[in-house]
Amino acid sequence: MKKCYLGVDIGSISTKGVVIDDNNNIIAKEYIWTEGNPVGAVKKLVGILKSQVSDEYILKGIGTTGSARKLIGLMLGTDVVKNEITAHAVGTTSLYPSVRTILEIGGQDSKIIMLNNGIITDYAMNTLCAAGTGAFLSSQAKRIGVDINEFGDMALDSNNPVKIAARCTVFAESDLIHKAQSGYEIKDIVAGLCRSIVLNYLNNVGKGKRIKGPIIFQGGVSKNKGVVKYFKEVLGEDIIVDENSHLLGALGIAIISKKYESDKVYSFDVSDISFITKGHECSGCSNNCEVLKIYKNDEMIDAWGNRCPRGVNS
Amino acid sequence: MHTIAFPKLADYDIPAMYLFRHITDYKIIKPIINLNTMETGSKHSPDFVCAPFKYTLGSLINGLENGADILLQFGGGCRYGYYASLQEEILKNLGYKFKMYNLVTAGHTDIKRIYRLIKEIDPSIKLRRVFRYGVIALTMVKYMDNIDDYIRENIGFECERGSFIKLKKKMLNDFSKCRGLFHLRRLYRKYKKEFKKIEIDKPKDYIKVGLIGELYTLMEDNANYEIEYELAKHGIAIKRFTNVTYLLLKKRKKVRKYLKKMKNIKYRLGADALDNIYHTEYLCKKGYDGIVHIKSSFCTPEIGAMPLINKVAKDYDVPVIFFSFDTNTSKVGVETRIEAFVDMLKMKKEM
Repeated sequence: MKKCYLGVDIGSISTKGVVIDDNNNIIAKEYIWTEGNPVGAVKKLVGILKSQVSDEYILKGIGTTGSARKLIGLMLGTDVVKNEITAHAVGTTSLYPSVRTILEIGGQDSKIIMLNNGIITDYAMNTLCAAGTGAFLSSQAKRIGVDINEFGDMALDSNNPVKIAARCTVFAESDLIHKAQSGYEIKDIVAGLCRSIVLNYLNNVGKGKRIKGPIIFQGGVSKNKGVVKYFKEVLGEDIIVDENSHLLGALGIAIISKKYESDKVYSFDVSDISFITKGHECSGCSNNCEVLKIYKNDEMIDAWGNRCPRGVNS
Repeated sequence: MHTIAFPKLADYDIPAMYLFRHITDYKIIKPIINLNTMETGSKHSPDFVCAPFKYTLGSLINGLENGADILLQFGGGCRYGYYASLQEEILKNLGYKFKMYNLVTAGHTDIKRIYRLIKEIDPSIKLRRVFRYGVIALTMVKYMDNIDDYIRENIGFECERGSFIKLKKKMLNDFSKCRGLFHLRRLYRKYKKEFKKIEIDKPKDYIKVGLIGELYTLMEDNANYEIEYELAKHGIAIKRFTNVTYLLLKKRKKVRKYLKKMKNIKYRLGADALDNIYHTEYLCKKGYDGIVHIKSSFCTPEIGAMPLINKVAKDYDVPVIFFSFDTNTSKVGVETRIEAFVDMLKMKKEM
């Protein structure tokens, strides 16, 4: 019997999963849309991964990361629940030990991680809004009527990207509409959008950071060739995009789960677990906590958001 | 007979209520912040105003709904100084009938002016009582801040989860019932001993983090997603400079000192910006592992201070993380960033 480990990265837009063996080789991987339903997406994802893994492997560890990591960690019954930043750093350094800067743009988050000898020395993450992230790109793609998968190639065609406000999505969107209405070509607008994502990122997240090579670009948006091109152009350095660049968070958390290995053996069968969450506002006192209760197979396993035990029982 | 309401700021409503209760017969409404007040507050606020405006407005509306007809507000040294007037206009437009008193304008605590205003609110107030209970209330604030400093340094290492908070609640309850200055001091000494008795498990080489930033967001737990407890959960000792004792009694002198010591800075930059830059340098020199800077979004003085804080911290190679809070209600994003920050500090420490 060989051992394998599952890492799941549940983002706002997409859910990623990898299964690795003892030597950190990826033996199964999958990338699906979350579609606002992390529980359903993970059930589907684990089902797909199961079919890719041969029977000789036993599952010795599970780790979860991404914005829904806590919820899915409960569902999969694991304690290895880590933030995306650590997971991405671990995943990337396992492939590129000498990396100094990781640029990551995901669905609703964007972050920059600076490393030195595999140790995180500094990082930053976007603050309040989703400016310059994948969610903005995909909503604009939909509005212009371009398939998000063709977006990058289309941007490469353009020699004359339009200038778009790089600060805030709201301003960027009105800029985009005005440019489109005044007759600019779609490919120029698409290219301008890719460029504004880069400028926005460097302005917001990368502000005050010394970006040194080797630079790795990852996250869902790294699949967009237009954005990669403008990163190279603006930074004046080579950008490495791994073929699994969208899976590195999941890879990282799978590697981390290896460290926490115990005698416990996990199972890929999660599709028949009934997993329900119920939210309500507690009226026990003036705090009015928003309580979320989580039920696994009709049994309450956890409750969040309450500041006192009263919230759970009400 | 009138009813007084004032906005909430951390636990300081306890000494404030104590003071008012003893100097006037008017009814006083205990200020609260919860999801409802946050919602009404932001509904009636301009969009790009900073979060303290929204929190205090919601808190005041809650007071008005409960029958208050006298509102008290306190202005800071930034644009918060004008908030009382703006809130008065907004509330009047909403149809409430009340009188508003801004006790502290533009960050200046003018005792004579405050007394004159208090006298206007309730003419039967006696100077003797104001003085006597004012001193008690101020002492109470000082004691609370001292205890809070101790809690911040140790809560991350408590053996039994929640023991500090439990004892603090008991202490505040006793403080609010104290009979006089000597009784208060006895209580303080008793609780200080009890806090020292709480079992803690502090490793030798623990992580220390300094918490700086804009004052309201720093002090009000509801406005910062209880960031102190979030940090402490990971086994961290926290140092915070800003509290009411600092702002009322120490700030004026200290700022003059800071201005002399900081050679590169010639102006005060408004509100607490200068203090924060100085404190950053202080924390770096004292060997703190990281700095957490929090502010409400659109806080202008802090925005001015951030690049300088970044530069100072970079010179000492101390990581800084910046948070900007509005009235969002989900804690998840904050938890992620804090967890990652702590992971980074731990990795750095092991190196």
